[in-house]
Amino acid sequence: MHASVFDIVGPVMIGPSSSHTAGAARIGRMGRRLLKEPVREATILLYGSFLMTYHGHGTDRAILAGLMDMGVGDVRIRDSFHYAQEAGIRYTFGEAHLRQAHPNTVVMHLVGESGRQVDMQACSVGGGAIRVEKLNGLPVSFTGQEHTLIIPHLDQPGKIAAVTNCAASFGVNIGSMSVFRDRAGGTAVMIMETDGEPREQMLEWMRALPGVEDVIFIPREA
Amino acid sequence: MDHPFDYGSVKELVQLAAGGKISDVVLGCQAHEDEVEPQAVLERMQGMLDVMRESVKDGMQPGMRSNSGMVGGQAYQLSQAVAEGKTVSDSFLGRMEAMALSVAECNACMGRIVAAPTAGSCGILPGSLFSCQEKYGYGDAQLVRALLTAAGIGRIIAEKASISGAEGGCQAECGTAAAMAAAAMVELRGGSPEDCAAAVSLTLMNMMGLVCDPMGGLVEVPCVYRNVAGVVNAVAAADMALSGIRPPLDCDDVIETMGQVGRMIPESLRETGLGGCAACKSCSK
Repeated sequence: MHASVFDIVGPVMIGPSSSHTAGAARIGRMGRRLLKEPVREATILLYGSFLMTYHGHGTDRAILAGLMDMGVGDVRIRDSFHYAQEAGIRYTFGEAHLRQAHPNTVVMHLVGESGRQVDMQACSVGGGAIRVEKLNGLPVSFTGQEHTLIIPHLDQPGKIAAVTNCAASFGVNIGSMSVFRDRAGGTAVMIMETDGEPREQMLEWMRALPGVEDVIFIPREA
Repeated sequence: MDHPFDYGSVKELVQLAAGGKISDVVLGCQAHEDEVEPQAVLERMQGMLDVMRESVKDGMQPGMRSNSGMVGGQAYQLSQAVAEGKTVSDSFLGRMEAMALSVAECNACMGRIVAAPTAGSCGILPGSLFSCQEKYGYGDAQLVRALLTAAGIGRIIAEKASISGAEGGCQAECGTAAAMAAAAMVELRGGSPEDCAAAVSLTLMNMMGLVCDPMGGLVEVPCVYRNVAGVVNAVAAADMALSGIRPPLDCDDVIETMGQVGRMIPESLRETGLGGCAACKSCSK
């Protein structure tokens, strides 16, 4: 069987809802990690059930808490508006106009302290699990349940081989991998789930490969 | 005891536990799966129990309110009525009801809880375990064992049926939590693995078909009250099982049937906030 006893008795979380509160906090934290630096500005757009019930479920507070790198069991989630103000984060909430999406969807535009930007769309799929569906305009699909590497790169021959060779030379096993792109020869992104936690040196080597724009590591939640 | 394998059904769990306890098997399998010593699993589960205990206290405040204002402060109200002898049930069952309500209200008011198995049904295990601790004086080590038994049952239900209200209605959330609590209490009271299985069957039979119909789509009404109903159902099933009552249905069949019934429940009654209590005329504001 898949589930651990701690999936059944657990996780420790701030209520009231695993999908609308814990999942929302996880989406926020995923945004913070994809940005790789503290958030300075955030535009957060909600869709479907998230839009209809965000106040009662604290979905807005949970997303904002996640953007400040708080985990699902962090009691500061309740007062995240206060902490965001203290941290000088500018944020706005609004309605996402999407044609077809999962009922618990968030669209976010984030700007970091150095000006780095991230655009993403993610949904909370139940039980606190999430899925990122768009990243900087590219359709993607990843959950963050395993150690995950996000690697934007140029869509040219040999880039995937170079990156996977690099992983091999560091003895890192790739459990699953997918590649997404907007058009042939444009920007693409590799999503890799690895068995072990990769060392910082491997990430540096990958970043130095020609055609690799960035390497973002999202560690599995403990 | 070493169990280098997993269990996939209640039948297997009971067989593996022959002559011992269900918690022994669940502990052995989890330690094996995580490649850790059993002590590490016990310590981690003690951490869950500690958070549960805090959530009982946190929810027991008179002035607490949820974001919507529909719930909060009612666990305090109930515990006062129990203490003053105004209730039908005695202090044991009354305290259990109040503690289950307290954790459920703590969750509704954005407090810190342990999902067991879900946030919406988080009051049932803490209410059952801590009121048994008060009455019978069990130590935390025994409650941790009981939580393992509960979790073992919950794993099987999650695999063979569902623990999600959106998939299977409230029977899958509060029903599962109550079945887990019934098994936990049976083991605490010295019942056999077979008694635990009977308690699971009886609980799920008695909560079969319960729909998920939250007002405004929020985890508040009737969710917090269903946590109270859940502990009472768990106690009733545990009592019957400990007396030797055996329903003429196999426990694994009852679990699978619960899953099938869940799939027959119309979508309006599966956590959409469109039917049932959520659609009562008096509910629309």
